[in-house]
Amino acid sequence: MSRIKAIVGLGSCGIAAGAGKVYDKLNELIKTEKYKVSADKTSCIGMCYKEPLVEIIDNDKSYLYGGVTESILEEILEKHTKEHKPVEKYVVHSEYTETEEDVFWEGQVKIALRHCGIINPEVIEEYEAKGGYNALKKIAERKMSYDEVIEEILDSGLRGRGGGGFPTGLKWKFARQNESDEKYIICNADEGDPGAFMDRSLLEGDPHAVIEGMIIAAYAIGANSGVIYCRAEYPLAIVRLNIALQQARKKGYLGKNIMGIDGFNLDIYIKEGAGAFVCGEETALIASVEGERGMPRKRPPFPAASGLWKKPTNINNVETLANIPWIIDKGAEEYAKYGTEKSKGTKVFALTGKINRGGLVEVPMGMTIHDIVFKLGGGIQDGKKFKAVQLGGPSGGCIPASLDDTIVDYDSVNATGAIMGSGGMVVMDETTCMVDMARFFLDFTQKESCGKCTFCRVGTKRMLEILTRITEGEGKEGDIEKLEELSIQIKEGSLCGLGQTAPNPVLTTIKYFRHEYEAHIKEKRCPAKNCAKLLTYEIIPDMCTGCTVCAVNCPVDAIDGERKEIHFIRQDDCINCGMCFSKCNFNAIKVY
Amino acid sequence: MRVKRIEQIRDLKQQAGDEINIELLQPLLEKYKGKKGSLIPVLQGTQDIYGYIPEQAFLEISKKLGYKLSSLYGVVTFYAQFRLNPVGKHIIKVCHGTACHVQNAKKITEILQDTLKVSDGETTEDKLFTLESVACLGCCSLAPVMMIGDETYGKLTEKSTKKIIREIKNSEKQKK
Repeated sequence: MSRIKAIVGLGSCGIAAGAGKVYDKLNELIKTEKYKVSADKTSCIGMCYKEPLVEIIDNDKSYLYGGVTESILEEILEKHTKEHKPVEKYVVHSEYTETEEDVFWEGQVKIALRHCGIINPEVIEEYEAKGGYNALKKIAERKMSYDEVIEEILDSGLRGRGGGGFPTGLKWKFARQNESDEKYIICNADEGDPGAFMDRSLLEGDPHAVIEGMIIAAYAIGANSGVIYCRAEYPLAIVRLNIALQQARKKGYLGKNIMGIDGFNLDIYIKEGAGAFVCGEETALIASVEGERGMPRKRPPFPAASGLWKKPTNINNVETLANIPWIIDKGAEEYAKYGTEKSKGTKVFALTGKINRGGLVEVPMGMTIHDIVFKLGGGIQDGKKFKAVQLGGPSGGCIPASLDDTIVDYDSVNATGAIMGSGGMVVMDETTCMVDMARFFLDFTQKESCGKCTFCRVGTKRMLEILTRITEGEGKEGDIEKLEELSIQIKEGSLCGLGQTAPNPVLTTIKYFRHEYEAHIKEKRCPAKNCAKLLTYEIIPDMCTGCTVCAVNCPVDAIDGERKEIHFIRQDDCINCGMCFSKCNFNAIKVY
Repeated sequence: MRVKRIEQIRDLKQQAGDEINIELLQPLLEKYKGKKGSLIPVLQGTQDIYGYIPEQAFLEISKKLGYKLSSLYGVVTFYAQFRLNPVGKHIIKVCHGTACHVQNAKKITEILQDTLKVSDGETTEDKLFTLESVACLGCCSLAPVMMIGDETYGKLTEKSTKKIIREIKNSEKQKK
């Protein structure tokens, strides 16, 4: 008898899309013995736009189904158990059938995400079966010295994936050079960038890869204690990390004399963040782990010399750490095959916004933005025009459609004024107002500024005020120049990365979309038709049927007209709320 | 900047009359006694128990663990997670991350404000809901998103948002 296995993708977004219900249904069907199949779970597969996802393994053939509801699940199981054939219309990925979605996978190289959506993250044996902890075994068996490990990482060309892009091997070297009886390795899982969820998916989907990366890092720098600083907003990630840590302790990957390496002791614990974006900054993170207000500290001394509890500390980002076991296992040379001259390997992007196929993609460095947006991402929603992508969230900047041949590597992205960042890639179309976008990010950084440096504290506030004024039609001549001046001062007058990068979204939008700022200020017009106070609504007489829906719904009674007669809006009373526009059933209202 | 929360000092005083069972806090304080860097977990635990950080808990933590009240208050007001006021039974967190912003999360907050008749950060009169705006919840591909309790709801529309609230209200009525 053949074995059929159904695997449900249970990451946070999957669950939000209803995967939990599908999983319950599956178990119910198995319990009542309606279908002879086995059930398992995995995490984010990356095709977030097709959630909930269910993979069916039928006679060793794998079919991935998308948009699975409880009834579709039954339909699929029916077909597989009776005929051992797939229900092709729901298949989104399989070796055995071609689908429209195949292009989403082409060009992707999965290194950091190698196990995400493939293994059950709560079972350590599944990770081991895929070659997990082999890197650690290799170090023990070949008696690799810490120098050799650091050398390997240096050779791979791996750079910090949290956004900074500092060579990981070099960072380890500094931490190794500082002698101390106590050293710390910290995993920075405080993914606060709005619009980025790579780290969450990794922690939920392959926690052991991150833990193994930490163990190797600890060995290389000589750390005996590890901390994972994880956002409290990621409850599922914390649950799975705790399970993984327990399993690793039981199997002897954590503890005393790990893998028989004399004197290599390490334990790792989780520290939950409490909601502060600035804690993604190394020194602020350390202050937060110590139980204080998460305010950045002056550097030097750098954490490598004096970090957590004033001991040498090395902090790496989640994605960086997930790459480590792969590099040690397969070799630096193999890793360096991917990427560009100065940016090696792959990068995970969280592709979101006005895009057809939003999800998690891992591509080799050097792919163009155009290919990511149009090939993997399937272009813009509703056939609208591509305007820009925002890279690096509030610390980054936008890259306009005209520069979409920019390749993703640290240096090319920096050259545009944006930054690589942690990997959030928010796609914007013609209906996104760039001034409003800049205002949105400033609103975020302004709230998140810890208040330590005057320029960041007061400067972001002043910039936000100016931007708000512009989007409300109160912009003045000279505002753009004032924004530019403040930007430079904030960048120069701030201690940490938050302030130093906060003006980036404003500077890049001014650089590439100055005309939009000018339209707001001089013509009191929002070209993207987004800023409510700058819009004018008008009824098109030829289209109006006199149904009165707009007049009934207008909150300020600014629409006149009798039933079955043409209506019109009294502009003096109109508050531009857009209610009539959204209620009209005949497209009889235009906005300009 | 986070310092704006200083206004809440007044609220803190008003709470003095709130009845809370301080004994619930003891096992937590026992667990973390003498451990360095444990202030944030203690506060998180306190909030898990009471739903917010009551004034009496401040005094108790200060007494038992030896922190200055001022530094406790400093930490609590720094982090977005901590609340100084009691909250409703269901906490609605509307995501205002970039992806949700682009997909009009503002509208979702407005709809909720309308339906629940509260402003952002407030609790409904029947103590059933507290409405909050949060930064990214990390479910960007489902934008706009909100989280009620531990459940995440994605691809919200005016209709679905109202429906979700109605359903919770109905199930609460049935419980009564």
